[in-house]
Amino acid sequence: MATKKFMFVNRKAPYGTAYALESLEVVLISAAFEQDVSLAFIDDGVYQITKGQDTTGIGQKNFSNTYKALGDYEIKKLYVSKESLEERGLTQDDLMDLVWEDEDDDWAEKPSIIMVDRSEMADVMAEQEVTLSF
Amino acid sequence: MKFTIMINEGPYQHQSADSALQFCRSVLAQGHEIFRVFFYHDGVNNGSSLSVPPGDDRLIQKEWSELSKENDLDLVICIAAAQRRGLMDKDEAKRQGFDSHNMIEGFRISGLGQLIEGGIESDRTIVFGD
Repeated sequence: MATKKFMFVNRKAPYGTAYALESLEVVLISAAFEQDVSLAFIDDGVYQITKGQDTTGIGQKNFSNTYKALGDYEIKKLYVSKESLEERGLTQDDLMDLVWEDEDDDWAEKPSIIMVDRSEMADVMAEQEVTLSF
Repeated sequence: MKFTIMINEGPYQHQSADSALQFCRSVLAQGHEIFRVFFYHDGVNNGSSLSVPPGDDRLIQKEWSELSKENDLDLVICIAAAQRRGLMDKDEAKRQGFDSHNMIEGFRISGLGQLIEGGIESDRTIVFGD
């Protein structure tokens, strides 16, 4: 099967609606199809990868650890909107340390998060062949 | 051109179900091909056979069903999303031990791989959602 550039655009907070959780399910399936996958986090979507998520008060499953496993599925391009972070009073230090292991470099851990401004995000989006927005 | 359409919102609550239906009709009218229509999130409710809107309103699920019949469309409902929301066909209901099912004719239940395959096989993938 052909390989295409897939981008999953995450725009919503992790809880409150099912979009983030169900988006992640599609992302994991796409990895099984060995596609060239990248993720974008914009608007409230940046909250999906913040550190220290605790869902005990809302009685829902905390699925934030799944993002940490993305590197193991060869999903290692997570583009995060600088402006979306800034607008919410967040910095990259508020985000989880998401990494992938580079087998060509003695399995060194490398960062998956790529900080981009809006115009760089637009450039990355323009390169995609299939863009699914959640 | 070959299209895959993804619908992420339920009927009546959100415009995207109607927009997708109109888009599909338009695509077909212009001689293009629809490889697959994939229903996800609350979009799975577009496949319910138990909707009863007021008589002067459209019946979106039936419109999908008829469009599928007339054009041999592949309407696929995501099984994981459907199971959460209580939508199932006859086989799935039997498997889960339920005595009733509620999926309208013309749809089928399958996995998320069908969406990814649609993206790979189609020239354009269009998402209708919030």
